[in-house]
Amino acid sequence: MSGAELNIPALWPFVVYSGVVIFMAIGMLGTSYILGERHRGGAMGQPYECGIVPTGSARLRHSAKFYLIAVFFVIFDLEAVFVFAWAVAVRESGWAGYAEMLIFIGILLSALVYLWRIGALEWGSRHTPRRGAEDSL
Amino acid sequence: MNEILRPIVIMVVVLAYVLTVATALIWVERRLLALFQERLGPNRRGPFGLLQVVADMIKLFFKEDWIPPFADHPVFVIAPALIFITTLLSFSVIAFVPGFVVADLNIGLLFILAMSSIGVYSVVLAGWASNNKYSLLGGMRAAAQMLSYEVFMGLSLMGVVMIAGSFNLTAIVEAQRRVWFCIPQCAGFLIFLIAGFAEARRIPFDLPEAESELVAGYHTEYSGMKFAVFFFGEYIGLTLFSSLMVTLFFGGWLGPLLPGALWFVLKTFVLICFFILARGALPRPRYDQLMSLGWKLMLPLALLNLLITGAVLLAV
Repeated sequence: MSGAELNIPALWPFVVYSGVVIFMAIGMLGTSYILGERHRGGAMGQPYECGIVPTGSARLRHSAKFYLIAVFFVIFDLEAVFVFAWAVAVRESGWAGYAEMLIFIGILLSALVYLWRIGALEWGSRHTPRRGAEDSL
Repeated sequence: MNEILRPIVIMVVVLAYVLTVATALIWVERRLLALFQERLGPNRRGPFGLLQVVADMIKLFFKEDWIPPFADHPVFVIAPALIFITTLLSFSVIAFVPGFVVADLNIGLLFILAMSSIGVYSVVLAGWASNNKYSLLGGMRAAAQMLSYEVFMGLSLMGVVMIAGSFNLTAIVEAQRRVWFCIPQCAGFLIFLIAGFAEARRIPFDLPEAESELVAGYHTEYSGMKFAVFFFGEYIGLTLFSSLMVTLFFGGWLGPLLPGALWFVLKTFVLICFFILARGALPRPRYDQLMSLGWKLMLPLALLNLLITGAVLLAV
């Protein structure tokens, strides 16, 4: 690629391709909607819970671990974006850029070590090194 | 005329290739797994059981398009379509031979990473919209697993980007004329391979749909064509990861004697067979083991690989 600018006219195949793909997804689901049989009976209207009568709603409260992972993802993936920007320009930015990236990744790694130490990366509370950390997580 | 016709031909060939491979994979996977496990697999319909896939497709089209009354209707329908669309869209930037690509984006690799991030929505929305406890658990697991592995999947590829100096997939293949990137970037390759298993939700990392504990995970309530679209999306995803690995680490179309396109397809096929063999050979780890492998081993390794690659590049 010589120029960094986007060549808009050359992008029309991509737009058409996206349209075709979306149309295909709608087509596949739509065809089975038209062709498919229809019936109602017995327990069809109940959620599957291994054959027993379902209990309660599926709108459960689940482990806070999942939210924690989501937050870690935001932090680390956002920082990864800066690494992406550096990766295409390693040669241009030279050793100065490398040193800066070393500091940046160092901070990233120390954040990871910190999370590791407080037990945020442990799934389940068995291995938490500090008492009380369990409650705050 | 040629200006208009050429992209259309490319589009049709890419779509036909991907859909054929994904469909054929259903048969290939069943036959290969049977081979590994000393069974026969589907062998009745047509030569070598090849028509089994066609029979299944016809059957699925005539199955009831069931949306459970307790489910969130629009989201329940959108979720399977989403994975199908995102995986298929990713193929628009993959170059099979020089110039034979739907959209030669200079951010090709970033586009694929973005699409695979959007693909996460598919499983998490399916799990949530089903309003079923198994689905919800599967969906949450899938989201946490894919987000965790997404972080270092991108980072593991940056070594390749650094050497090639571009996100463009054609440029990356051209940069492998001297040596395939699986040799200087073997650490990056292994990390990406493991992330690929997790992103494609294949055994050993198929915990979101672990049938021994979660029935079928996020697609417990799905049936008929919507269920098939999920599976189709998964097979397209498997083809995508194999094609991407070929492009990034195994020199894409580069190879002696045979035409480039054939090399690309051959290499992709070998990698797909490897994925299937892994399914036949490996057990499933525990969920906490999976998460700690990602965060405690793979992420630091990916960062280390990045720094070493950078230092070597600047020193040479």
